[in-house]
Amino acid sequence: MTLEFLIFFFVAAAAVTTALLMVLQRNPVMSAIYLIANFFCLAALYLLLHAQLLAVLQVVVYAGAIMVLVVFVIMLLNLGDERAAATRLNLRGIVAVVVSCALLVELLYLFAGSALDNGPPAVGADASRIGSVEGMGEALFGKFLLPFEVTSLLLLAAIIGAVVLARREPDGLRRPS
Amino acid sequence: MSVPVAYYLGLSAILFVIGVAGVLTRRNAIVVFMCIELMLNAVNLTLIAFSASLGSITGQALVFFAMAVAAAEAAVGLAIVIALFRNKQTVNIDDINVLKW
Repeated sequence: MTLEFLIFFFVAAAAVTTALLMVLQRNPVMSAIYLIANFFCLAALYLLLHAQLLAVLQVVVYAGAIMVLVVFVIMLLNLGDERAAATRLNLRGIVAVVVSCALLVELLYLFAGSALDNGPPAVGADASRIGSVEGMGEALFGKFLLPFEVTSLLLLAAIIGAVVLARREPDGLRRPS
Repeated sequence: MSVPVAYYLGLSAILFVIGVAGVLTRRNAIVVFMCIELMLNAVNLTLIAFSASLGSITGQALVFFAMAVAAAEAAVGLAIVIALFRNKQTVNIDDINVLKW
């Protein structure tokens, strides 16, 4: 048991715990806070895998930008707790849990079949070189230049779409309903 | 000895399934949306684990683009939630059934 194993199991346990708490929380704001904690755990795992740039982006983009947007919308809509009816065990909930457990067993069986302890190490020989800002920059502005530029179009479309969807329609343009 | 790549795959499988269970059981549209983000992140972890294991940059570049798509998705998805709330005064996905036959 090296230090890497200890850190991995500690962070993995924290990630699974926060994910479970997020799903089980009744209050959407608490769900959002646990999801932010989960994103920090994933950023730590990215660091363990020598993906420094993506670890920083995970914190800045996900925990920073996206979750602030989510929390803002939750506050804006002033949502209360989910209805009490959702807590009682109904058929749909049972089916959902059974389906999820089946999927989990299937996935874990698949991964366990690929020689769990004798498999390749997660951190390869030149992992520390590729994950740095320099390595990612060379890839993004070289091999992946076209997808990188197309991403800007995607973000522009998303901005326009968000504004159009969330804008309150003027009274004169309101469609008869 | 380093952590085997299968451990990361197992962890991301667990996180993905937690996200699936959340999407199937929760009724608040915003919480369903957050569960989808969790599933996206589980897949991102798989990509980065394979990328580091194989010494290839492609997986990490893919995660970079997945993050950009997730940001776009968050903006548009939350705008849809706001538009829905304005029309129906609810974000409970059981009450939003006009497209259901």
